[in-house]
Amino acid sequence: MAFIELKGVGKCYGSSQILKEVDLQMFEGEVMALIGPTGSGKTTLLRLIDLLEEPSSGAILLEGRDVARLPERELLKLRRRMAMVFQKPVMFKASVKDNVSYGLKVRGIKAPEKVDLVLEAVGLQSYAHRDATTLSGGEMQRIALARALIVEPEVLLLDEPTANLDPGSAASVEELISGLQTTVIMATHNMNQCLRLSDRVAVLLEGRLAAQGKPTEVLASKEREASLFPSGGAFVPWYPFGKRVV
Amino acid sequence: MERRYLRQLVLLVALAMIAVSAASAEESRLKVATTSSLFDTGLVELMAEQFEGMYNTTVHIPAHAGSGIAFQYGQRGDVDLLLVHDPAAEKKFIDSGDGLERRCFAYNYFYIVGPAGDPAGIKGLNATQALRAIMEKGEEEPDKVMFVSRGDNSGTHSKEKLLWKGAGYNYSDVNASGPWYIDAGQPMGATLLMTNEKQAYTLTDMGTFMAYQGNLTIVPLITGGDELLNVYKAIAVNPRKHPGMNCELANKFIGFLVSEDGQKIIGAYGEDKYGQPLFFAASGNCDLIGCPKEECATPATASCTA
Amino acid sequence: MNEIGQGFIQALQLIFSLNPDVVGITARSLYISLASVILASLVDVPLGALIELREFRGKRSLINLIQTLYSLPTVTVGLLVFLFISRSGPLGGLNLLFTPGGMIIGQTILISPIIIGLTISSLRGVSSQTRETAKSMGATERQIIATVIKEARYAMGAALLLGFGRAISEVGVAMMIGGNIRGYTRVLTTAIALETSKGNLELSLALGIILISLSLLVSLLLSRFQGR
Repeated sequence: MAFIELKGVGKCYGSSQILKEVDLQMFEGEVMALIGPTGSGKTTLLRLIDLLEEPSSGAILLEGRDVARLPERELLKLRRRMAMVFQKPVMFKASVKDNVSYGLKVRGIKAPEKVDLVLEAVGLQSYAHRDATTLSGGEMQRIALARALIVEPEVLLLDEPTANLDPGSAASVEELISGLQTTVIMATHNMNQCLRLSDRVAVLLEGRLAAQGKPTEVLASKEREASLFPSGGAFVPWYPFGKRVV
Repeated sequence: MERRYLRQLVLLVALAMIAVSAASAEESRLKVATTSSLFDTGLVELMAEQFEGMYNTTVHIPAHAGSGIAFQYGQRGDVDLLLVHDPAAEKKFIDSGDGLERRCFAYNYFYIVGPAGDPAGIKGLNATQALRAIMEKGEEEPDKVMFVSRGDNSGTHSKEKLLWKGAGYNYSDVNASGPWYIDAGQPMGATLLMTNEKQAYTLTDMGTFMAYQGNLTIVPLITGGDELLNVYKAIAVNPRKHPGMNCELANKFIGFLVSEDGQKIIGAYGEDKYGQPLFFAASGNCDLIGCPKEECATPATASCTA
Repeated sequence: MNEIGQGFIQALQLIFSLNPDVVGITARSLYISLASVILASLVDVPLGALIELREFRGKRSLINLIQTLYSLPTVTVGLLVFLFISRSGPLGGLNLLFTPGGMIIGQTILISPIIIGLTISSLRGVSSQTRETAKSMGATERQIIATVIKEARYAMGAALLLGFGRAISEVGVAMMIGGNIRGYTRVLTTAIALETSKGNLELSLALGIILISLSLLVSLLLSRFQGR
């Protein structure tokens, strides 16, 4: 059974429909990559899975149970089993330590040693007492990741986790992700990252799920490429297997 | 939501604390409303202090403009005792059942004061004649001759209105007659200062004038006569109409005012400071001040309980 | 103009000689206004948070109304509260008229629009993503609000300071509700009014200088507390 399943999920904001009829399955322990151009709805999808908002239509099933429209108290319990890192993460006006341990604090858990552990995992060991608002973009991204990891979530949602990172840091973050046992859903632009890290891929185009499956299946075939990426399209050139498609 | 209950609880606790702090003051304190002319002389505070010592209690005097608000407080049951000097308002207060009974305890005279040069030439006239002169001259030369009125429904203001009536004028006509008539809307002390500033005429009680004399260059021009009689009375607020009044203590205060000691203090008040007393004791002068025998410097007799 | 210089000198004399009347009046002003700010924060900060963080019909009109009430005339508030707590008013049984407790309630009402309104704008200054981050980290509704308020703490501090300033420098409520009773409800502002009407201008000025110094002191303490 799928750990997380989306059935016919749609989301509108006012008159614009961001997601249309998405059917998606994610299995426990896997790394699923969501790829697609900007504006295709990847972030919205992640937010819906994190139960930050209700879908306009369709069902979201966690372990077979439809959780999309439960009362807030129930949603809170479920949300606490997940953690999300936003695309441009925001730091609280406090120390790095306070930021990182926020998830523990709201759950009433005191575990200061975990702070050091996760900081080390993201390579920012000595940062605990620094003012989080003075960090660089890349540092903030890693702190946000540490902040998510500290609560040991069953589902980790990442929106472009290495977007602001230099290649070295990006590599260590990728290594971190691949070492995780938890279910990871990761939105990304980066095809290579997708191929390296993910067990399965979902392709989103204009709010619709264009394809879903193993990376090799989804990305390999030329016909797929052609249908997925219409020529003259205004996005980043993709490099599946070294072939250029523009 | 539990948060809402928590907030309500805190609010309730806070209000309760405030209420408790307020209530504990209420138990034994006597609240006295008085007119600014009496208050500004310091007599009431002196009597209150003495009283506090004698009966081991607290007297609170919300200091306000004048009789107008004092009677309001009485009608609302916000004070236990009134010390006032406005016969028409007093009668209404007792007739309506708000006041228990009236006791005269002191008197003095109103003065008509003005610039030493006396541009309206009122010296030697009686009060109504003087006002007539001031109005006539004032209409002619408003920058030379002016009159400042309390304008605040105080006892002094009521007296002023009575005098205008006695002079044959309609008060609203006087008020609107011209720039010579200045409606101050202030307590007595402030009115005197304004009158001094403008070198105008005004009606004042003797007590306040003498207390402020050091700061003034205007002088008393008309100082006696029945028309200018100013009799002070004490009225306890009726506990039957306003439950919760500290009637016992109010009656005791009246008793103190009219007692031999009280009357002596009143009759001597200000002598050392100003060379002459600011007030005269009511007792022994009942006919002069037109106060009926039962009401004149006698202790309160009405019972506080039904 | 000489009075101002004399006023300063008298202020210093009063302060350094620890004149008991002045000390009493000053302490009472501080107590009443501080209590008002504390009470107002307890009620108004959560209220402001609730208004800002929820969407509902008429929200903008409500906020407009609150902002209009920033400059409520103090005498009007004083009069309205008086009508309520007078013995013949609905809350007469609480015996709050002519007591410091009544003054606290009056001042709390006076400054509430400011505290609510500035709480709303302070919270608005916190990015919605902060709120979302807190939410996605598993914070409860109440924890989210607490976090957002904490993020807005500098602006909130300014709001409380403004509320305190308005409370301690107002006359209308203090006079109508307190009655300026010596030794019981007399505060700096009502004392200034009284002394002025008596013609004691230098004393009035001295008291005014003390009042301003108090506000300055509180403001300094607040910035120290905010860690700036």
